[in-house]
Amino acid sequence: MDSELLVRLILLLPLAGALFSGVLPLFLPQLRTSEGLIGTVSTAAVALPFAFAVYLFATFSGDPIITSYFTWMAAGDLSIDFAYRIDELSLIMLLVVTGVGSVIHLYSTGYMHGDSGFWRFFAYLNLFIFAMLNLILANNLPVLFLGWEGVGLCSYLLIGFWYTDLSNSAAANKAFIVNRVGDFAFLLAMFFLFREVGALDFGTLLAEGPGIDTTVLGFIVLLIFIGATGKSAQLPLFVWLPDAMAGPTPVSALIHAATMVTSGLYLLARLSPMVLEVPHIMVIIGIVGAITALMAATIAITQNDIKKVLAYSTVSQLGFMFMAAGVGAFFVAIFHVVTHAFFKGCLFLCSGSVIHSMEHVEHDLEAKGHNMAGFDPQDMRTMGGLKDYMPSTRWTYLISTLAIAGIPLLAGFFSKDEILFKSFELGYSGAFYGYVVWGIAVVTALLTAFYMLRSYMLTFEGEPRWPDADTVHPHESPASMTIPLWILAGLSIVGGYIGLPAVIQGGDLNWIHHFLGEPYGGPVHEMKDLAKVPLALKWGLVGFGSLIAIVGAYIGYRAYRPGQAMAYDTALQNRLGGLYTFWDAKYHIDDFYNEVIVDGLLDTSKKVLQPMDATLIDGVVNGVAALSQSVSNGVSRIQTGLIQNYALMLVLGVVLVLGLIMVGA
Amino acid sequence: MDFAALTSLVIFLPLLGALALLALPSAESIKWTALGTTVLTFVASIGLFMGYDPSVSTADMPQMAHVVGGWFPEGVDVKYFVGIDGLNILLVLLTTLLGPIVVLSSWYYIEHSHKGYYALLLLLQTGVTGVFMAFDLVLFYVFFELTLIPMYFIIGIWGGEDRIYAAIKFVLYTLVGSLLMLAGVLFLGYAAGSAQGIGFTTDWYNLIDYTIPLGTQTWLFFVFALAFAIKVPLFPLHTWLPDAHVQAPTGGSVILAGVLLKMGTYGLLRFCLPFFPNAAQSAAVLIAVLAVIGIIYGALLARVQPDAKKLVAYSSVSHLGFVVLGIFAFTTEAMQGAVIQMINHGISTGALFLLVGMLYERRHTRLMEDYGGLASSVPVLTTFMILSVLASAGLPGLNGFVGEFMILLGSFKSTVLDSPMLIALATSGVILAAVYLLHMVYNTFFGELTHTENAEMTDMTMREFVLMAPLAILMLVMGFYPQPFLNQTQPTTDFLLETIEAKHIAAIEAEQEATASATHSPAGHVEDVESAPAPLFESMPTALRTAAPSSPASSSPTR
Repeated sequence: MDSELLVRLILLLPLAGALFSGVLPLFLPQLRTSEGLIGTVSTAAVALPFAFAVYLFATFSGDPIITSYFTWMAAGDLSIDFAYRIDELSLIMLLVVTGVGSVIHLYSTGYMHGDSGFWRFFAYLNLFIFAMLNLILANNLPVLFLGWEGVGLCSYLLIGFWYTDLSNSAAANKAFIVNRVGDFAFLLAMFFLFREVGALDFGTLLAEGPGIDTTVLGFIVLLIFIGATGKSAQLPLFVWLPDAMAGPTPVSALIHAATMVTSGLYLLARLSPMVLEVPHIMVIIGIVGAITALMAATIAITQNDIKKVLAYSTVSQLGFMFMAAGVGAFFVAIFHVVTHAFFKGCLFLCSGSVIHSMEHVEHDLEAKGHNMAGFDPQDMRTMGGLKDYMPSTRWTYLISTLAIAGIPLLAGFFSKDEILFKSFELGYSGAFYGYVVWGIAVVTALLTAFYMLRSYMLTFEGEPRWPDADTVHPHESPASMTIPLWILAGLSIVGGYIGLPAVIQGGDLNWIHHFLGEPYGGPVHEMKDLAKVPLALKWGLVGFGSLIAIVGAYIGYRAYRPGQAMAYDTALQNRLGGLYTFWDAKYHIDDFYNEVIVDGLLDTSKKVLQPMDATLIDGVVNGVAALSQSVSNGVSRIQTGLIQNYALMLVLGVVLVLGLIMVGA
Repeated sequence: MDFAALTSLVIFLPLLGALALLALPSAESIKWTALGTTVLTFVASIGLFMGYDPSVSTADMPQMAHVVGGWFPEGVDVKYFVGIDGLNILLVLLTTLLGPIVVLSSWYYIEHSHKGYYALLLLLQTGVTGVFMAFDLVLFYVFFELTLIPMYFIIGIWGGEDRIYAAIKFVLYTLVGSLLMLAGVLFLGYAAGSAQGIGFTTDWYNLIDYTIPLGTQTWLFFVFALAFAIKVPLFPLHTWLPDAHVQAPTGGSVILAGVLLKMGTYGLLRFCLPFFPNAAQSAAVLIAVLAVIGIIYGALLARVQPDAKKLVAYSSVSHLGFVVLGIFAFTTEAMQGAVIQMINHGISTGALFLLVGMLYERRHTRLMEDYGGLASSVPVLTTFMILSVLASAGLPGLNGFVGEFMILLGSFKSTVLDSPMLIALATSGVILAAVYLLHMVYNTFFGELTHTENAEMTDMTMREFVLMAPLAILMLVMGFYPQPFLNQTQPTTDFLLETIEAKHIAAIEAEQEATASATHSPAGHVEDVESAPAPLFESMPTALRTAAPSSPASSSPTR
């Protein structure tokens, strides 16, 4: 098959799907309720590209497929085409985005059933896929940026999807604006690059970018990293992601866990040859990732909203990926992107299934006359014991919890272990921050296993904690929702084998490294001249990593075991005291932004600039105007109805000029 | 085929329509005549677009030029001279496109004195198209002043509560600038005329051939630039704009934001840069700083306006700052960006004013607190609003991004400005634009319907849909496929930049000869003379690049 045609179809089908579900129903209201049609078309618009992506993957020769459609903008040295690139890196991302995307589309047909905005939802979702494909397939930075901002737009639209609740719209605004701060840095990076190499396509950038003077390149990479911290929710810009949970849960799974938030990592991996030239910036990347991971993990411990736990866990896992990038192991970062897409996608979809059934519980209780004010279907403190009612959800949640915890032989184990190993290896090779990253990663891994088990135990084990639990029962979700859960849970089990540690295989490479890595012809560059870690130490590290995960999970299990879960949670709060409050308050970062930056700017505008505009700048003019009182006296006659005369006089004047022209001719 | 008369037809057709409708009896017939005239003019301007061929040089003559002269004595070269080149073709089309849109938007909005309103509107259009197509400086001046009068009446008669104040302010501001400019025009015409042995000439092509001594350039530049800076408006000359916008009827605001402001940026490009290239470059950093202040200042003030229309008005101050920045960067990328951004701003801000106007027509308030939750009652209007807001905020894929991106990219590498920090500040405008625009959407369209009056609000009517649709389509087309438009303007921006560079070198050479013989050089322009004439647009090594020696084989990342 013609691969260029496939690329075109992969890009255009989601766009066509978005137009079908988004524009047609505007004019054909009866289509808005045709859930079957809209759901099928939208899902097919992602599933077909997935099939094509599999074909491209299977037939990939190792040479990038570059297709260029038309010129976007060109002037002077600037020439930007709508050009796309299929290579190892974009193929992996393409498979994840369309694969996980299809599954989540299928899930959404069940989840969004009956919502009056069903059509709108699928239009946004398809538009998101289109934007995301532009992001990962772009062959130059501006087209990537088009996708980058496009996914941001869809995120905005989907977070604020239920727009009658203003808090949702506020969260959407926050996401968009915080991301814009990152985009600002991204734009500056592009301007720098253009000034230095005079082009923005990856071919030129990767050839000439690494040669840019180190000081300037350091700036550029730092700016790109700041851009990445926006989209991928790292310090200092992570604050939007937890709020983004206001969107429907499939959105959280697709956009705010599996795909969009990983695009910062993708960008760094894509530009890895340049990043590797500036080791001092890599230190920043690694340390920022590590601190973000640890911080988010501590916040996750204090959360009671099931989606908030997962949101902070996402921030934390993204931190792991940045640690990998920071120690120069970009292919490992991408490996973790892939496994994380499986288990975190699954976790979010499970939480959606849970929330769905808790909403039914709420509804049933209300029907029975209970006062449900203050009841939150997302609060784990009112759940408990769901395993008896929702077996599929329970088992898939448990599998993906163990996967993210890093329990051996599940997907998360392999990718997390590789991150630990790569940072240790860098430390072993003499760069001390490698050890720092490793240390923080170990602690965070322990916390991760703990708080994830906490969420599982609070939700599914123990006794039900909602009122009237004997008569009111939750129900398992329909097959359209549980099938996707099982698919993703399955991938959370086996997905790690693409990156089976080299030490286990006995060779020097694993599949994903071999596929992506530059020594094997792939696009992702890596650190050179690393010291060889002795085999015994390697095994020791694998064992230690496994132990950490198992210990963390066991502590979580014991602490929140049936019968004492809530008591333990209170005890934990008391024991941690001020620290717990500090964690719960998200380290006051949000407060800092709101009270210092946002309020500061608003106050400046309101109390300084606005009066200045009205008095100082405008005052001068009003003074002049007051002097020419006679003019205004004259003008007040306008109101006497003589306008037409004025107009007529004017027109006559112009006619005079016209006449002159005629005479002259 | 000879298109010469078509240019004049596009200019004067609205005037003829205005004259015709003065004789009409009923409001209905007046509206339909106005609509018919503007549609016809638009169709005629499409002819201009088809007739204009960017591959044909306009270095000596604009295309489809129409020249009529001979009214003045020998030696006075002032004539009716209009034509089309890359700099004005899109602006003319934008003006003629907005014509029918404005008429349609006024259909029910204007409730009294229809005859006067529509006649003035048409007269205004003649003035604006004339401004854009004039290739004679005196003719340009006449049209420039001609736009002032109808706008003055449109604000003063059909405006809001403070219309008189706003109208006078508008006129006073503009007059201050334009009267000074008139003195400049006369001086320049005489100076260039005598230098070329004609006596007096204001033919654009004669004027760009004339190299003005540096000292004279400086004050002439400031006289012209002041007039245009007021029109743009450039900070701190902007305070007439929010008042004029808020008080003007919707149609007036659309014309004002869509095309009247562009007369300022257009004037800078058409006259200030090629006539006074050295002075323009000397002043570039100063003006760029004002432009960047305007970008940020306008955005911050937009955010705190309780009045939606005033918010959009301040956003214009911010957006036009980008255009001015692009003009004074002296790079192809930035200048092309500035030209396309003029069009894009006209489209997206025009759309925003139209939409705010539709709300005003329904509820007779512009305060955002009187709305809230409108997405539930007027979904179609909301959709258009979000699209326009995103276009205005510079979302890639919509029109606003293309211009802003090219302007900032081109300014960043500009050796004339040579200030990445300044451009970084300007770029922060993209954050602020999202802040104030989303704030408006949030307060007006999302949440519960807080006012019961708004629940019954009618969504967009067919008329409103028809007038918004072309703008919405253009936002998408110019966002995804701006290249055909950029191709139209490219030759002329190239020509302008070449002219500027040639004159820059010539002026410096002349100055060097002069300083060689004289002991004292004229006012403060010694710095221009210090080096041998160097090509301006060659990318020079920047401060950062020279800060450290460039070594491609930099240290290995591994320690």
